[in-house]
Amino acid sequence: MTVTEAPKIVTSRIGFEDSNTLERFLATGGYDGLRKALSMTPEEVAAEVNTASLLGRGGAGFPAGRKWSMLRKADTTYLVVNGDESEPATFKDHLLLERDPHQLIEGVVIAAYAIQAAQAFIFIRGEMALGIERVTQALNEAYEYGAVGHNILGSSFSVDVVVHPGAGAYICGEETALLESLEGKRGFPRIKPPYFPAAVGLYGEPTVVNNVETMSNLPWIIKNGGAAFAALGVGSSTGTRLFALSGRVNNPAVFELEMAKTTFRDLIFDKSLGNGIKDGKALKAFIPGGVSAPWFGPDQVDMHLDQDEVGKAGSMLGSGSVVVLDETTCALRTAWRITRFFWRESCGQCTPCREGGGWLEKILWRMENGEGHEEEIDMLMDICDNLAPGVSWPPQQTTICVLGSSIPSSIASAIRMFRDELLIHVKEGRCPFD
Amino acid sequence: MSHLSEDIVSRAHDLVALYPEPRSALIPICHLAQGQDGWLRPEAIEEIADIVGVTPAEVLGTASFYDLLHTEPVGKYVISLCTNVACMLSGAYELLEHGEKTLNIRAGSTTPDGMFTLEEAECIADCDHAPCLQVNGRYFGKLSNGDFDVLLEDLRNGNLDDVVPPHGTLCRIRRTVGLEAENGKATQARPTEEPTPQPQPDTLAPGQTQRRRRGRK
Repeated sequence: MTVTEAPKIVTSRIGFEDSNTLERFLATGGYDGLRKALSMTPEEVAAEVNTASLLGRGGAGFPAGRKWSMLRKADTTYLVVNGDESEPATFKDHLLLERDPHQLIEGVVIAAYAIQAAQAFIFIRGEMALGIERVTQALNEAYEYGAVGHNILGSSFSVDVVVHPGAGAYICGEETALLESLEGKRGFPRIKPPYFPAAVGLYGEPTVVNNVETMSNLPWIIKNGGAAFAALGVGSSTGTRLFALSGRVNNPAVFELEMAKTTFRDLIFDKSLGNGIKDGKALKAFIPGGVSAPWFGPDQVDMHLDQDEVGKAGSMLGSGSVVVLDETTCALRTAWRITRFFWRESCGQCTPCREGGGWLEKILWRMENGEGHEEEIDMLMDICDNLAPGVSWPPQQTTICVLGSSIPSSIASAIRMFRDELLIHVKEGRCPFD
Repeated sequence: MSHLSEDIVSRAHDLVALYPEPRSALIPICHLAQGQDGWLRPEAIEEIADIVGVTPAEVLGTASFYDLLHTEPVGKYVISLCTNVACMLSGAYELLEHGEKTLNIRAGSTTPDGMFTLEEAECIADCDHAPCLQVNGRYFGKLSNGDFDVLLEDLRNGNLDDVVPPHGTLCRIRRTVGLEAENGKATQARPTEEPTPQPQPDTLAPGQTQRRRRGRK
């Protein structure tokens, strides 16, 4: 087992009952990172984050520093924090929002300083009522303390931060849909190009959109230096990362682990982490990075939690959520439920996603209930091919955003890994797991 | 006389003042209106439209996109039971079935007494407590059928009034400050002295926010 003794970068305060309060935050080095950042130039702050090679923790894994440097030159730029955590089985930002809201705010002000943002918005998923309350409360305190607002901590830097509640739509996690929603519209992803909000973002102005966990790393990086962060992990997977483990494990939870050092086996079976599979059952498969990711089998369990390694093996670390399926889990039913999710959450702009998602869901549901036909297995793959031509990884896109091209992952995984199981459903006219 | 209470209208204007463009406050104000009525009544929609400067159709068109904004009446307590993959693997569908039987309604509908709406929800990001649900946005997890029954009883008897407020994500905490950065424009930091905590110049009473409009037209 190789669970390293890496420092807790974003979860250092989680153990305290009062981790969300300003008192606890200040007693544990809170706002020191911001103080240091304000003594540097914005360029120096950005350079430090570049040195850290901090990868975005939202799902796409795009380097945060690069995102900042892509900003179009303009009088007004905005910073938007993506706290619309809705990828099924992902619950890490939920923890950070409720348990350490000041850390997030500190990170937001550091980032706003680095990009000289006119204003910052923290978009929080509407379902997270307590998270919205905690961050709003913390923001009130931070204004009063002087860490947000006018002449921050005695410097000449000023910026306002606004908490914006979402209203329940997975698609708003897509950054252009999030911006539309923030503008008070339906959460329709914008047509690309322009590909990046850094060129055309909120109200048409250049905008940086970063994830909650990404922001929460900034205070530590500024305090300890980008090099100290980059010294953790392997290759381009630097620092630590939150992994949300769920499904058929004994100890589902969020764990902060050093990147690329721990394996999926450690995460699932180590006593200090997942503590093995429920009822001592055997591992059947696992989803390595959110339900948009293709599945892995037990033979891949020794792979490291490394963005590059997982990417090369044909899947992704994505949002950092690992779902464990055991021998009692029906692969078809799992694929059906994931497909049902995408179908329900499709914004409806693009035909392949809106219609294809529904067809796939119906076929899978019929098959799961023993009314499928053998040739429909190929039909499923054919529809998937219309959503993501070639059904390869990373997926090809036929839709405005990647929601559509994410649908085939679970279906293709179930068919490629468990075709025999699907055939039993068809031939015996029932689900063998019922 | 307006349909939305004076307090909500005042809070709505405070929200508008936080954004470069008024329409950005549309969804937050819808949350406020639901805090009053439980759902978005047509008269509330008209007033929201006035406040943010769009047509009522645009408010409804936006609101109808979002799961948490109700364009039809819902029960006093909306129970959103997650059945997504992590919860499904922990027996969420069995729990949903139990809920339907107990409440004698199908998921997606409301009990005749207007007390409970039961919904099949997508992942609510609390998977370490699967199977889990939310009641008006508040989490309850690791629920057995028996726990579910106890929860219903507690809600009925008002035992959870402190934990589960009425509708409205924004009903319990409000922002106490308006915008402070001049013209909303960031300025380069040049600390001239040892940074010390700045006392808030003027802490405002709830609902009484500085109206400082941004420079952008």
